[in-house]
Amino acid sequence: MSVLLEVGQLMDKLETGLQHLLAERNIEAPLVIGIRTGGVWVADILGRRLGIEEPFGELDISFYRDDFSRIGLNPKVTPSNLPFDTEGRDIILVDDVIMSGRTIRAAMNELFDYGRPASIILAALVDLDARELPIRPDVAGQSLTLKAGQRLKLRGPDPLRLEYQETEQ
Amino acid sequence: MTVNAAAAHHLQLTRDGQLRHFLTLDGLGRALLTDILDTADSFIEVGERSIKKVPLLRGRTVANLFFEPSTRTRSTFELAAKRLSADVLNLDINTSATSKGESLSDTLLNLEAMASDMFVVRHAQSGAAHFIAESVTPGVAIINAGDGRHAHPTQAMLDMLTIRQNKGTFEGLKVAIVGDILHSRVARSQIRALNELGAEQVRVIAPGTLLPRDVESLGCTVEYDMAKGMKDLDVVIMLRLQKERMEGALLPSEREFYRLYGLSQEKLALAHPECIVMHPGPINRGVEIESAVADGPQSVILSQVTNGIAIRMAVMSMAMGGQVAERQQKRSTLKGDQS
Amino acid sequence: MSGHQVFSGSSLKITGGRLLDGRGKDESNRALLIRNSRIAATGEAAEKADADQVFDARGCIIAPGFVDLYCNLREPGNGQKGNMRTEARAAARGGFTTVCESPETSPVNDSRAVTHLIREGAEAGSPVRVLPIGALTRGLEGEMLSDMGGLTAAGCIAVGNGSRSVRSARVLRRCMAYAQTFGLTVMLRPENQSLAADGYAHDGLVASRLGLLGIPEVAETASVMEMLLLAEETGVRLHLSQLSCGRSVEMVADARRRGVAVTADVAMHQLIFTEDALAGFDSRFHLRPPLRSEADRKALVAGVREGVIDAIVSQHLPHESAAKQAPLPDTAPGLSSIESVLSLGLELVHRDELSLSELIRSLTTGPASVIGRNASAGQDDKADLCVFDPATRWTPDSQSLISAGKHAPVLGQPLRGVVRLTLVDGQEAWASH
Repeated sequence: MSVLLEVGQLMDKLETGLQHLLAERNIEAPLVIGIRTGGVWVADILGRRLGIEEPFGELDISFYRDDFSRIGLNPKVTPSNLPFDTEGRDIILVDDVIMSGRTIRAAMNELFDYGRPASIILAALVDLDARELPIRPDVAGQSLTLKAGQRLKLRGPDPLRLEYQETEQ
Repeated sequence: MTVNAAAAHHLQLTRDGQLRHFLTLDGLGRALLTDILDTADSFIEVGERSIKKVPLLRGRTVANLFFEPSTRTRSTFELAAKRLSADVLNLDINTSATSKGESLSDTLLNLEAMASDMFVVRHAQSGAAHFIAESVTPGVAIINAGDGRHAHPTQAMLDMLTIRQNKGTFEGLKVAIVGDILHSRVARSQIRALNELGAEQVRVIAPGTLLPRDVESLGCTVEYDMAKGMKDLDVVIMLRLQKERMEGALLPSEREFYRLYGLSQEKLALAHPECIVMHPGPINRGVEIESAVADGPQSVILSQVTNGIAIRMAVMSMAMGGQVAERQQKRSTLKGDQS
Repeated sequence: MSGHQVFSGSSLKITGGRLLDGRGKDESNRALLIRNSRIAATGEAAEKADADQVFDARGCIIAPGFVDLYCNLREPGNGQKGNMRTEARAAARGGFTTVCESPETSPVNDSRAVTHLIREGAEAGSPVRVLPIGALTRGLEGEMLSDMGGLTAAGCIAVGNGSRSVRSARVLRRCMAYAQTFGLTVMLRPENQSLAADGYAHDGLVASRLGLLGIPEVAETASVMEMLLLAEETGVRLHLSQLSCGRSVEMVADARRRGVAVTADVAMHQLIFTEDALAGFDSRFHLRPPLRSEADRKALVAGVREGVIDAIVSQHLPHESAAKQAPLPDTAPGLSSIESVLSLGLELVHRDELSLSELIRSLTTGPASVIGRNASAGQDDKADLCVFDPATRWTPDSQSLISAGKHAPVLGQPLRGVVRLTLVDGQEAWASH
């Protein structure tokens, strides 16, 4: 198992990786959209680092989660906020930690209800090797394998730090 | 001997305090009411998207059981359910089953056989929604869309959402409800919600014949003189006056009622200049409200309709969520018992 | 437990019980000898006597059998809501030895034929004495006089109008004048119909909050006043049945002071429950008259204590379960109460609201005197007795209740007070161990 990097180092790697990818794909004016809550903090910083002038968007996926039939509705849902038209645009979708891929599936379903984007790039601080769906980030600060029962959680917003959590198995 | 006074309030909540039915605002605390308003805010945002639909209730069946006709309320519930991706079954029962002598219990059994997950109930008798919630199979959520004179909790909550949008908070607000309080399930639910959410003053303005006994015990003050009652108001809610009220010796005439309790521009001028005007609809123009006021700059009547869809989406998804979470808990407890 | 024949011989000795006779006598460790349907000996004489059987009544109270002035045995009727067999047996289980059957049978008891039917039914199927109350008006419709002469001859002990009111004061005045001719007691539940209108709950805090249609107190008090004035004028013996308002008690006390021949009763559930019982839309507590405020309840209890209210009744009104399975306003009013009367009364004693002797008086000598009967437990008296254990508990539920009506006032909770033995004419009407 590799050692987890500091958030600052992960941000650097993410920024560099995205710059390469955007250049490679000739994307000039992407939109940044973060998934609540951790993804929004990362999107805020990324947007500034990449020099994107348009404000970043916030996506709350509570209404699209696939576990409604097991746990019901998230009691603290807040409205999604996309202060721009996504139709035909290139989007950088940002999350903090990608595990099963279920959150990303929900986020993409939601995104398409706003319009048809030209492309979506998936970016994450950390990609955990715990895939349950065929979804993996295009760019990640680091790839990591956790021990059984372990989770990784981004705390923030100031300062941002990653914490391990033990879950009951 | 206390028999069951508390039972009603626990009927609609799961053990950990989530909504599982939505029957009345009695027994629901400020935190839960605020959660409903916040969730509705998120659904308002959904309504502004190009695709105004979320997958929350996909694969679930919502049956609209209207024992009393109301196209408007039924339509907003129908739209709300469809925007949650549910399948919707509309049943106007007042004309069909019950007039053939089928009991309400039998009607319910039949509907459950159609595998409905939620009943939205409108009924002419107070307590009908409670009765249905007590009779149905566990797992089916009941939403009260108005029962007799008892409660119309979704209407009251959409009114609260409208007030919060316009005033930001309930603290310090002076609110009046004007008209036929006696027969109004809406007024009962509004008074309860305003008290729980912290409004400073709730006044009811009506003649003695249209007030329930000991109305102050509901959490309001009484004003017979509308001019006095309008003073310093932040919100004025007008109620619909049913024409039948002239027949039971409750009121002499529509004319006299309008003169004394109708909301005219002159009377509105007595309130705070930013006072908003609300009405649960449908409006009787010239009976309880002047057209110029209903369509005027202080009227928020149309946004009440939009908010109605969001509130109903919120309540339906929360109650369904409470039911599925409860079922899941039971299932895991059962498993726990076995191992 | 139930129906088990304890006593089958020709003489029975009850030993070790505490005897309360409803007249103030309270003796502990008392023995009674019952022979040939009478109390043949008491005290030491009974103790020494030989008997075929002995009933050990230690820990129990021995009282005259209870008398119910208003109950529905549902016979004649269609059977769905109970019949003589179920309901009279339920009465015996409740400690009652005499019950007055409401004229609201189906068909209504407004003719000799129906009165005979009731009496024959009782003879065949009832372990307790059944005294029919005749209809005051034909069909209970409040318009024409019933054949009161014929009803009296057939065995009706009073006339009344069941749960229905006589709308016209003129008709009521004539009914009273006519009943007075035969020396008949008129038993009426006071309710002004135009004031009660479509109501089904006390017009008070709970009805306002739940949006229930109210019946104001004045629907009762206005009617009480009218009845008292008419009784005073016609000289008829008036019995006001099932009072629900504190103000009514005052008015009865006042009329008595003026010398009006008026007596009164109250249903046991009115002494225990209030409008709060409806807070969860519980259709069992859909009652007529409605359960009222706590102040009313207290005034009614005080009325019993002071003797202004002579009797406590069951107002037993059993229904099939479907009649209670609907939204509250659509349900049938009434409780299946006769098996719980004693237990609810003991609850009042336990709370110090009523003394044990006041409770026994209101269930025995009080009601008996209203209908000119005797309830006692002395030497040579007829052996109508109730022996109950005030401490042991039972739990009313759909299994344990004998009545066809399973809508008892308390369900699924233990209640103190179990009737061990009910004797009617020295014969066992009910026994349990």
